Amino acid sequence: MTAGVDLGAPRTQAIRSDEDVVRVRQLVRTVAVAAKLSLVDQTKLVTAASELARNTLVYGGGGTVEVSTVQNDRRRGVRIVFADSGPGIADLELALTDGYTTGGGLGLGLSGARRLVDEFDIRTGVGEGTTITVTKWSR
Amino acid sequence: MALSAEESGRLAGLLAEHTDQVVQRWTELVATSLRGRLSQAELRRQVMELHASMITAGESGLTDLDAEAAAELRAVLAELSQGRARQGFSATETAASVFTLKDVLLELLEIRQGDGALRDFVAFSSFVDQMGLFTFETYVRARESLIADQAEQLLELSTPVVKLWEGVVAVPLVGTLDSARAQVVMERLLQTLVDTGSPYAIIDITGVPAVDTQVAQHILKTVVAARLMGADCIISGIRPQIAQTIVALGIEFGDIATKASLADALRHVLRLTGLETPRRQSRREL
Repeated sequence: MTAGVDLGAPRTQAIRSDEDVVRVRQLVRTVAVAAKLSLVDQTKLVTAASELARNTLVYGGGGTVEVSTVQNDRRRGVRIVFADSGPGIADLELALTDGYTTGGGLGLGLSGARRLVDEFDIRTGVGEGTTITVTKWSR
Repeated sequence: MALSAEESGRLAGLLAEHTDQVVQRWTELVATSLRGRLSQAELRRQVMELHASMITAGESGLTDLDAEAAAELRAVLAELSQGRARQGFSATETAASVFTLKDVLLELLEIRQGDGALRDFVAFSSFVDQMGLFTFETYVRARESLIADQAEQLLELSTPVVKLWEGVVAVPLVGTLDSARAQVVMERLLQTLVDTGSPYAIIDITGVPAVDTQVAQHILKTVVAARLMGADCIISGIRPQIAQTIVALGIEFGDIATKASLADALRHVLRLTGLETPRRQSRREL
């Protein structure tokens, strides 16, 4: 797992519909503003969260999001955990390739989200669901 | 089961016997809970209607609000709570319109005292609870349909296509661009292109808080569709943070012209059509 200490209670949001993806965006923005991320970093994190939340909904069949503020030696950050108990990802390397999609999108969501955050951790297996943890640190 | 047939009959009897008193007192109590936001006459009419349908239901030996015989009573309750929901009353205020009947019944039974008064009150009270819950459920449903209606109206409202200049139309996008809205935007834009015969369309995304791959895909599809109809599209309102995010995501807009502001986009179009210079001249003439 990634380093850093949790600050305060994490806030969770279920993902069951498109409206929930919007709620996740709003929740992440609120937490990112409170953690004093710059406007660019806020936008990057919100966009990454939007991609991953939609993946959780579309490919994972819905799941939960947990957003928390974290602190390491020098900086504050926001950590988001997306968890679903869907079919999992069979070929992770392929899924992380730009332009690869099984759902008719641009195929940039997962790989793009990884580029938008500072730390990206993915745990998945066929039939085991997928858990993605991302962290964005303030500069 | 809330009431036995006997209790139900006694409730109807009690309500019928003290008609004036019940209607009077009930109206007063409801009026207090609504703090004068509905006229006395209107309240009195509603209370009388409820009162009458309760007597009808009670006389037919009603034991449960879900029963066939309670159809009329349910309809009256539903109408009442739907009305309250549309008029903007809170759930508590709506439920109070029914629950205040308990106070009225208590006052009536206190006068009667006697054997079984307490037992009757408990039975009547649980029936009123049922009515209250039903009112509450109908209220929630009415509010939900109200919200759904408003969401639809918002969808219509928030996607205007404006004519910016002769031959130039613009779509200022505000808020979340989900599939439903993207569809509406595309249809509107394409229709406006036909109606106005405009060769240029500007899609302004200043009001879109985050551009993710889905939003980008919707915009790209709209641009391609407009191109098929012979119109050139310019995307404007790309703020610095959005530009950086789009680059990191790896989205490519290809040969689609993009501008930082709507003004830049309009200037770009006017330059393409050779219309920019006359504008400066006309200002000097003023």
